[in-house]
Amino acid sequence: MSASKRPLFDGPIVRRAARESFTKLAPKKMVRNPVMFVVLVGSVLTTLVLARDLALGHGGIGFTIQIALWLWFTVLFANFAEAMAEGRGKAQADSLRATRTQTMAKQLKDPKQKGAIVAASSAQLRVGDYVICTPGDVIPGDGEVYEGVASVDESAITGESAPVIRESGGDRSAVTGGTKVLSDYLIIRITANPGETFLDRMIALVEGASRQKTPNEIALTILLSGLTIIFVLAVATLQPFAVYSGGSVSIPVLISLLVCLIPTTIGGLLSAIGIAGMDRLIQQNVIAMSGRSVEAAGDVNTLLLDKTGTITLGNRQAAEFIPVAGVTVEQLADRAQYASLPDETPEGRSIVVLAKERFAIRGRTLEAGEAQFVPFSATTRMSGVDMGSLQVRKGAGDAVMRWVSEQDGSLAPDLAGIVERIAREGGTPLVVAESDNGVARALGVIYLKDVVKGGIRERFSRLRAMGIRTVMITGDNPLTAAAIAKEAGVDEFLAEATPEDKMALIKREQAGGRLVAMTGDGTNDAPALAQADVGVAMNSGTQAAKEAGNMIDLDSNPTKLIEVVEIGKQLLMTLGALTTFSIANDVAKYFAIIPAMFVVTFPALQALNVMRLHSPASAILASVIFNALIIIALIPLALRGVKYRPAPAAMVLRTNLAIYGLGGLLVPFVGIKLIDMALVLFRLV
Amino acid sequence: MTANGWFQIALFSAALLVITKPLGIYVLKVYDGSMRWLAPLERVLYRISGVDRDEEQHWTRYAASMLIFSGASMLLTYAVLRLQQLLPLNPQHMGAVPDRQAFETAASFTTNTNWQSYSGETTMSYFSQMTQLTFHNFASAATGVALAVALARGITRHSAGKLGNFWVDLVRGTLYLFLPLSIILALVFVQQGVIQNFTQYVTVHTVEGAKQLLAMGPVASQEAIKQIGTNGGGFFNANSAHPFENPTPWTNFWQMLAIFAIPAALTCMYGRMANNQKHGWALWAAMFVLFIGGASTAYWAEARGNPIHAARGVDVVASAVNPGGNMEGKEVRFGIANSALFATITTDASCGAVNAMHDSFTPLGGLVPLVNMQLGEVVFGGVGAGLYGMLIMVVLAVFIAGLMVGRTPEYLGKKIQAREVQMAMLFVLIFAGSILVTAAIAAVSPAGLKGLNNAGPHGLSEIIYAFTSTAANNGSAFAGLSGGTYFYNTILGLNMLVGRFAMIVPMIALAGFMAEKRTVPASAGTFPVTTPLFVALLISVILIVGALTFFPALALGPIVEHFLMQAGRLF
Repeated sequence: MSASKRPLFDGPIVRRAARESFTKLAPKKMVRNPVMFVVLVGSVLTTLVLARDLALGHGGIGFTIQIALWLWFTVLFANFAEAMAEGRGKAQADSLRATRTQTMAKQLKDPKQKGAIVAASSAQLRVGDYVICTPGDVIPGDGEVYEGVASVDESAITGESAPVIRESGGDRSAVTGGTKVLSDYLIIRITANPGETFLDRMIALVEGASRQKTPNEIALTILLSGLTIIFVLAVATLQPFAVYSGGSVSIPVLISLLVCLIPTTIGGLLSAIGIAGMDRLIQQNVIAMSGRSVEAAGDVNTLLLDKTGTITLGNRQAAEFIPVAGVTVEQLADRAQYASLPDETPEGRSIVVLAKERFAIRGRTLEAGEAQFVPFSATTRMSGVDMGSLQVRKGAGDAVMRWVSEQDGSLAPDLAGIVERIAREGGTPLVVAESDNGVARALGVIYLKDVVKGGIRERFSRLRAMGIRTVMITGDNPLTAAAIAKEAGVDEFLAEATPEDKMALIKREQAGGRLVAMTGDGTNDAPALAQADVGVAMNSGTQAAKEAGNMIDLDSNPTKLIEVVEIGKQLLMTLGALTTFSIANDVAKYFAIIPAMFVVTFPALQALNVMRLHSPASAILASVIFNALIIIALIPLALRGVKYRPAPAAMVLRTNLAIYGLGGLLVPFVGIKLIDMALVLFRLV
Repeated sequence: MTANGWFQIALFSAALLVITKPLGIYVLKVYDGSMRWLAPLERVLYRISGVDRDEEQHWTRYAASMLIFSGASMLLTYAVLRLQQLLPLNPQHMGAVPDRQAFETAASFTTNTNWQSYSGETTMSYFSQMTQLTFHNFASAATGVALAVALARGITRHSAGKLGNFWVDLVRGTLYLFLPLSIILALVFVQQGVIQNFTQYVTVHTVEGAKQLLAMGPVASQEAIKQIGTNGGGFFNANSAHPFENPTPWTNFWQMLAIFAIPAALTCMYGRMANNQKHGWALWAAMFVLFIGGASTAYWAEARGNPIHAARGVDVVASAVNPGGNMEGKEVRFGIANSALFATITTDASCGAVNAMHDSFTPLGGLVPLVNMQLGEVVFGGVGAGLYGMLIMVVLAVFIAGLMVGRTPEYLGKKIQAREVQMAMLFVLIFAGSILVTAAIAAVSPAGLKGLNNAGPHGLSEIIYAFTSTAANNGSAFAGLSGGTYFYNTILGLNMLVGRFAMIVPMIALAGFMAEKRTVPASAGTFPVTTPLFVALLISVILIVGALTFFPALALGPIVEHFLMQAGRLF
């Protein structure tokens, strides 16, 4: 997983978070978090007791002041954690908002008449309006290209500086408000009202304004609230038991015990963890429409991956030169390189490289004027060069063969066989032919092969270790698909896949109780994206696809689905780890506070003071301080997430239980002792 | 501590291990309906009561059936106890049981608690004992197992939504499980010298020349179900310490084994229902570790004895002629090891029978029974109640730690979500609340303090023990507390009802929710529930979430008493 782009503790974010720690004290906000609300009530009560003691001139004020102070800190630290998590999103939202400034749009009353332009504010545009954008114009709202092809700078949304092509029809017709047209012109039909655009939604999402608790957060909140009530009972009933025993415990001490016992660590960091999880996705340039989908990503059992662009590089590469009878392989390579020298496509470059590597045929430069490049076109379906009397062509088998036949050239009898074999094996045959002084002949075939992305096999085996199955989706025939599936190490493949097949596969997996994640960009992907539990739509895709998915990848990189799953898992792990840590902490706190509480009534209970804390006051204070500081100490972990390594559940559990379970038991023993020593050192008790 | 003592504990453990699987398979067959040898009788019962054997119930109906059955039978018992002077089989002419005591006793036996604030031999007619108390011994036990089976069905079935039929489960459990086992065990007891008669009480002249009235009665038959059904209500006040109830070391051994037999077997049954026998054994292992930990602590504490006794010249060293240790309140025929073991077993399981006075244990020895109950009676536990209590803890453990593997927590392929956590937490909360709140009231109210026979921390232990024992439906008493007052009869009776039925409702709701869920097939990403690590995790959750809640209260009771005893003070 890549590191976040911004440092964790960014100056302005920290300052804003510190301010917000106080504004978040409003009871209406606090009550959403029952654990911290109890701490707030405890802080208020302790402060009231302090006020009473001050008014009546009671002794022991110093202790009560410190307790009250640290209780307030506990609440503030928790608020700070949440504000920090939100802060990173807010900073991003601010920069997005800057692009949302109102722009003047050139509205067309009739899209057929390009000339009839009416000036209109972007705020006035409604669904169904048409606008025209020329180079330098900011697109005023989300829409669909009605007419034209243009390059568009989408860096405001994606952070990617390379411009993208947007054109009418097909899968690249969606444009986003706030992006800028760089060349040509676009006539755009507006598809979102102001305030409902993609940018608006994105701002709301990254800011966390519309954030709702995820299912696991809700369940966890119930658990934590239940524990809190139990501890309220345990502490409240302690007073009668103490009275029975001939003593009584002061309110601040009882509140201290309560606050130490209730799971404040996880209670204080819960929402920060959730927000940070979404934020990590945003760092990866993925926008999740809800926290629920991030969690679902962690639960995914089956990944549907499109072959092209995800498992294989988008482009095929030359793997072999196969000459026909009577032609040497060097000759073929030489001519193939000639034909590809001016060809800037990845396929073309791979041919040049292969000829160079295999046969040491150096790349030659063609003098301008001497050679003429014949570019690929959809009608000829071949490309090549003309050099004086020598013409070289490479292209689709039938097209090149027709070119040779048209010049009455000879076609070797084994040519058709080679072409057929390569196609059967899943490769793409490119036939190379030349016409030298009017004598045309086919030389052989270049074997273009799908290249499986480096490291993808290892990633799939890591996914398998986590119990996630991968299914490759491809339009290739089953034979080809099987070959690539084997090479890439996917668990299953769906060949000659139609959108209906894909849908059926998702439904079948879901019927077996599995959660399915997939990526898609085309309009025909939309139903499957909607059906899948996690549907990541490519930002380059159509509006329909983006509407259907519950996440959008701004980089349009389908491999990122794996990262999305990992972030989902990391989010859940962090929740679990800190819950375990928080609950395990209680053991030490009991041993610190209980003997201290009853030291007057039962000095014999000092035997339970295993940490040998200095005095009752120092023991209680040290526990409260530890309880507050641990929240601050764990903020980086909450924001960054626990260390994530793909491994089987049993192994992950063992590691995390050792760190957060056992650690949670032991750390407070050490921490409370150290704080106790510091308190004594600085004469605070 | 002696080698012989440890040998007896080991022998018991081995016997428990041996019976778990065969009995578990038998129980499985009883409840899946493949046990048919009493089919004609079963059919007649269904026809009379109008039960459709094949009709499955939604959790709400299952719970309602159980509540109606328990409520009605509790009312009947109350009526019989109030009117026993008018009813037959009353050779000693016992009068009506007082109102509050009748209420408490009815609640006590309906809830499988068998807390007794009366002496059986001076309060209950044979008719009351046989038709009411013994009836509840069977019915409450069969109800408990039925509920556990319902929860097991809910968790292990594949999106069925229904939990089985309460009436059918009740009939099958009684007919195939509790009746046959009780009959066999009763015969063993009779052979060993437990009495079984309907005669009038016998007056004898002791060797010292004093006159003594010996209570009689159909003891062996009630003794068997008392243990098999983890009921614990003694025929006599002295319970299993009484020579007519528990005459020999052998009857003692069988009684202890009978208490744990069905609770242990249920783990095996559950493992087989879940198609994951290793998970069943993992639960068994977690229970066993907690059991052996408790038994060892109690044995150690009792064998070590009381330093104050030793200081006064009492011989506390074990030898061939002296059991050593703290023999106060213990029977010489059982000695230290078997008294400590019995106390551990009876409080691990919510049985409550006693063969020694827990009140006379050393503070730490007495802490063990108290903590056992406060764990929620999940260490093998009551028949049925032990398994369903343990499964609630499993749900919590899986939820807390399950997130750490990076998935929504799944238990046996079913997701643990908000509703399930809510029900599990309610279960835990009601238990902790019912103990703490009632004990706190008693500790500071004049009515509560009036019942105390001991002052100081020991008195607090007595109060906490009483409310723990009733909320946990255990029924054993720490003695020393006079429970037969209006205050205690009322509040303890209510506490037993809350501790049983208020906890069952969320439990069975959880079963219903789980039953509706779809099962996710297991994969490498599935949370492991069969490993030693899982066992350790489960034990930690039981200790931290379950028992630590009571730590502050315990610190003022048995724990401080222990330290004070070390310093030479007694209460």
